[in-house]
Amino acid sequence: MEAILFYILAALIIIFAVASVTSRKILRAVIYLLFVLISIAGLYFLINYNLLAAIQLTVYAGGVIVLFIFSVLLVHHVELELEKTPLKRKIIAGILSLLGLGITLWSIFTYTFKTATTTYSSIEVRDIGLKLLSYGDGGYILPFEVISVLLVAVMIGAIIVAKGEKLKEN
Amino acid sequence: MNFLIMNIPLNITSTIHDWIYSIMPETAASITIMVLIAVIYLALFAIIGLYLVLLERKVAAWFQLRLGPNRVGPWGIFQTIADALKLVSKELTSNDRIDKFLYNLAPYFVIVSTLIGISVFPFSKQFQAFDINIGLFFLFAVSSIGVIGILVGGWASNNKFALIGAMRSGLQTISYELSVGLSLLTMVLLTGTLQLSEIIEVQRTGGWLILQGHIPAIIAFMIFMIAGTAETNRAPFDLVEAESELGAGFHTEYSGMKFAYFFLAEFINMFIIASIAVVVFFGGWLSPFGITDGITWFPEVLWFLIKVVMIIILMMWFRWTFPRLRVDQLLTLEWKYLLPINLANLMFMAVIIWMNWTI
Repeated sequence: MEAILFYILAALIIIFAVASVTSRKILRAVIYLLFVLISIAGLYFLINYNLLAAIQLTVYAGGVIVLFIFSVLLVHHVELELEKTPLKRKIIAGILSLLGLGITLWSIFTYTFKTATTTYSSIEVRDIGLKLLSYGDGGYILPFEVISVLLVAVMIGAIIVAKGEKLKEN
Repeated sequence: MNFLIMNIPLNITSTIHDWIYSIMPETAASITIMVLIAVIYLALFAIIGLYLVLLERKVAAWFQLRLGPNRVGPWGIFQTIADALKLVSKELTSNDRIDKFLYNLAPYFVIVSTLIGISVFPFSKQFQAFDINIGLFFLFAVSSIGVIGILVGGWASNNKFALIGAMRSGLQTISYELSVGLSLLTMVLLTGTLQLSEIIEVQRTGGWLILQGHIPAIIAFMIFMIAGTAETNRAPFDLVEAESELGAGFHTEYSGMKFAYFFLAEFINMFIIASIAVVVFFGGWLSPFGITDGITWFPEVLWFLIKVVMIIILMMWFRWTFPRLRVDQLLTLEWKYLLPINLANLMFMAVIIWMNWTI
């Protein structure tokens, strides 16, 4: 059952990923990308990592994709199609992606995976929260704080870009 | 094979569960149970949706000193079923110059996200389909998908009113999701868990959370109700539809059952918001002061439904009392008032728990 579900999800990811890059209608491409992201969330649910699956849904499906759709709504009309890519670029992109696929497959097949000896239990939100804020061994308080500083910097940057000249006037 | 049964605690009445397992092989039994649960929840979905529409019309009539629907069946109780049958039999019209694929897909985003959302609620101790350990966060994640349906539907209709409705919906949902999340987070500080069944267990001994957390909990409840009403796109926050300005907003071009999907989803969303409020603030299926705790046969689901209906009537009361906000007022309310109050309230709640001032 797990294997069947895995193959269904994997097939969905591949089909929609290909559809997403080949579609010439921009919003359809975004929706196919959304399906890819939701299928990945399904994979996380399959391995019983619920928190990551929910984060995948909130951040990518609910956040990033909504912003994509929003920007498409602002600039694009329903009847517009993207221009066709010239053959030369298609070939170059194809070769590059085949190379990438080759490297990934090669590294997967040459890596010797260890078989798990301990019984795997689902990771609780509580444990993640405690680890994120602990300053002892194996705690993540420093990266957590650094990321929040980065986010503040991004927000200030966004305000300055948006306000532009208005800030100089005062 | 029994992977799904292991991960998803299917505890809709363990007696039926055991009985099905005793008469069938394991594989068939787990599939049978899944199908049964799907059928039960679909039926529940239809009944809740239709009767909330009827309740809305009755409450509206009451506020406007009318009688409301009273022809089909006694007190008009079959009116919305008749309406649903009419909608099923209607022709699905569509324009030529639309994006057919996305236009047809959009209603399903809205309806599926509400269907998944409804599955995690504990209607009573036994009656809960999907008791996931990140319950509240899962609900939040799933409900954030629904808005995509509105955005895509509005855009794919190739209609300027629908597009304006969709744009407004995007603004509104992204903004108010923050307030919903933060006000629930305030309560999660108190419960220490995200799992809905455990949130109710916390309230069994200590009293309902709105009493346990007193001042910050009441502030969180008020913010949650305001933001929740905005999330469901209901008046006074119904800018997305705004009949007097935009025709019918994002679903202007939809007809028949596809329109009905959007329409039902709005009412089920209202039910979801009311259920979250009941579980997180008012003790879920627990009886007030434990008055029916001694009676073993008493259906606890009744308490859940009574509380939910009371919250829903409160939301309908909002709808028929307040005038619609303008877009700038809507965004000012969220970003300049609710969000700062919410953040301060979160700190206040943390202090209260730290000093052990909870009741």
